[in-house]
Amino acid sequence: MTTPGLRDFVLEAPSGNESPEDLLPAALAALSQAFTVTPEVGAPRARRRTWLDTFDWRLYRAGLMLEFDQARRGGRLLLSKADGTPQAEQTVTGWPPRRPALDLPPGPVRDRIMVLISPRALLPIVRTVSTVSVARLLNADGKTVARLVADHVAVTAVAPGPAGPTAAGATAELPLRLAITEVRGYPGQARRASALLAGVPGVSHASQSVFTAALTALGRHPACYTSGVDAEITASMPASVAVARLLLRLLDTLEQNVGGVLRDIDTEFLHDLRVAVRRTRSAIKLLGGVLPADLARHYGAEFKWLGDLTTPTRDLDVHLLGFGQMTAQLVAASPADLEPFRAFLVRRRAREFRRLAAALRGPRFRAITDDWRKALLEIRDAGVPGKRRRPPTAAGLALSTTGRAFRRIVAHGAAITADSPPESLHDLRKRAKELRYLLEFFAPLHDPVAYRKVVGELKSLQDCLGDFQDSQVQREEIHALADAMLAERAAPAATLLAMGEIAAKLTLSQAEARADFARRFARFAGPAGQERFRVLLKDRP
Amino acid sequence: MKIFATYNIKGGVGKTTAAVNLAYLSAADGYRTLLWDLDPQGAASFLFRIKPRVKGGGKALIRGTKTLDDAIKGTDFDHLDLIPADFTYRNMDLLLGGSGGKPTRKLAQLLRPLAAEYDHVLLDCPPSISLVSENVMHAADVLLVPVIPTTLSVRTLDQLTDFVAGFNGRRPEVLAFFSMVDRRKKLHQEITRDLSAERPWVAATPIPSLSLIERMSVERAPVTAFASSSAAARAYRALWSEISKDF
Repeated sequence: MTTPGLRDFVLEAPSGNESPEDLLPAALAALSQAFTVTPEVGAPRARRRTWLDTFDWRLYRAGLMLEFDQARRGGRLLLSKADGTPQAEQTVTGWPPRRPALDLPPGPVRDRIMVLISPRALLPIVRTVSTVSVARLLNADGKTVARLVADHVAVTAVAPGPAGPTAAGATAELPLRLAITEVRGYPGQARRASALLAGVPGVSHASQSVFTAALTALGRHPACYTSGVDAEITASMPASVAVARLLLRLLDTLEQNVGGVLRDIDTEFLHDLRVAVRRTRSAIKLLGGVLPADLARHYGAEFKWLGDLTTPTRDLDVHLLGFGQMTAQLVAASPADLEPFRAFLVRRRAREFRRLAAALRGPRFRAITDDWRKALLEIRDAGVPGKRRRPPTAAGLALSTTGRAFRRIVAHGAAITADSPPESLHDLRKRAKELRYLLEFFAPLHDPVAYRKVVGELKSLQDCLGDFQDSQVQREEIHALADAMLAERAAPAATLLAMGEIAAKLTLSQAEARADFARRFARFAGPAGQERFRVLLKDRP
Repeated sequence: MKIFATYNIKGGVGKTTAAVNLAYLSAADGYRTLLWDLDPQGAASFLFRIKPRVKGGGKALIRGTKTLDDAIKGTDFDHLDLIPADFTYRNMDLLLGGSGGKPTRKLAQLLRPLAAEYDHVLLDCPPSISLVSENVMHAADVLLVPVIPTTLSVRTLDQLTDFVAGFNGRRPEVLAFFSMVDRRKKLHQEITRDLSAERPWVAATPIPSLSLIERMSVERAPVTAFASSSAAARAYRALWSEISKDF
């Protein structure tokens, strides 16, 4: 059981002068009033447990906990709800492998969680080693009717865990935990034993599960990572301070993901890093007016370099992540025909990843992050750059930039007709993305309801524009990859034909997205959309 | 879920000691095991220190006002649970007869909901041929029949196998094993040797007559648990290994 219940206790000496272990005899004496207490045969056993989640805590956010109970060979995976209700269990052998990202073997636990965590990998978050001693509580017939489990838990931090300040290898001891476990068919006896324990001074009901207590002991907080912006800004804050805070928050996200990218744990680390870079570039472009001009110019160029550096690997990740879906769409060709294409993508991805990793370990990247942080901290702490008497506020900046971005989309989109070239939609997509980022940057200043309505419609428009452009980009990439495969003599005719079929499907998808554009744009920018925006910006931020 | 039943028309042949030890060994192998003490004398319940009492009695179980699940008690051993005996089981024939539906299939029907929870079920049956034993034969996948190596016992065994062979449709497998074998008796030696060789459905492992097995009622535990390296425990382990290999 991972969550405390009415039968889980911790021992904490009330006076503080005695150790919790000193209270154990009193607990045993209390139980002896109703039961014969006898130690379980065998020495206290060690129990090794590891809790797992994705870097962004997807299981925790879904109200689930995954525990690996290690045995001599393999062990058991236990999936439970946050309240401890068991959900699925799976015995595993020869697991976990000695690598940070844990691929789950097939079984009921995997079946239950893959849809939640994919494409993220599981990471160990915290490990505990317990020394567990068990005593039997016997009735007058000498029958075991309940058990007392004493658990001395030592906690070890794990790297690369989902964030938190604690270094890998840090350890902590938890207070001695006692639990009364029920023997089936004897619930009353377990209740009675729990009541006796609860009456012992210094014994209190456990308020946290072992998992939560272990995280707390290490100074970690569940769900501490999010790829969202959520910077701490207020409406009256000087605009430069607010922008510096935003950019620092984005830099944090970027740096939190570098380790996972370099270890190639899963593809989402690079995705989140790229989003942080894109948001940074947009913030510099749209809000950089409140920063020193040379700083904005210099880092605008540096973050463009960083964004470009990550593009080839991400593009190949996207192809590989969608490969299953791609092969499922084949009508004429067989999935096996595409296998040489997949192998080619894997090889090329490995090559591009090496290039990316070398650059992320290099001096230019280090200089960007270190110097950028220094510069932003100075602005944040100084308050106001230059000698303006009344500096613009965050609210003023949000109002002017967001309103301008919206008007630009309305004008740009209205000029798009059925005959407009694809570039006009690509350009609109960029503008829509900029507006989205501005909305997210200043989200704390907006009314949440009005914000959700505007973002919902904007997202719908962005999806359509995204489908349109992604289909085109992927089709062009498939053509380029086919050329590259031919040049390397790695392209059997059947593979090229299958790739042609995929390219044809992408053309159809692009046409569908184009056909849907007018409707979605009208919903976003029509009278109702304009009204939604007016409500959002009226008197606010 | 595999259902085994220890059964013999005769009493005092080692049914309960076999059921208790085989259930313990099954659980020790990691199988989720349930032992149902169907004998109103409640010897198996006694050996596990569990009171021979079921809320509502046999009537509640047969009529379905209580489920078997409600009656299950955990033993002192991992993976091993027990449904205790109840003195009202002495009337189980009447209860089964009046339960409606197919009276010979009632126990099988009651056990079905437990299929996901247990790997092995052992039914410890009262002696006699009755509606209860017929139910057991229909519910069981394997009938484990302890036989004392005497001519009359062998004759009874043949009667039983003929009876089972006469079933329409699904029939349980029969595996007999010699029980309470006294190696000092020449007749025991001869029958054990000859019958094991002649009939493939007679297990090769005999259970000897040992005072340590009788001591189970003092220790109130399976001999395989309290004297795990004794000759008696070794014999039960060899028998269990034969059974688990074949079924």
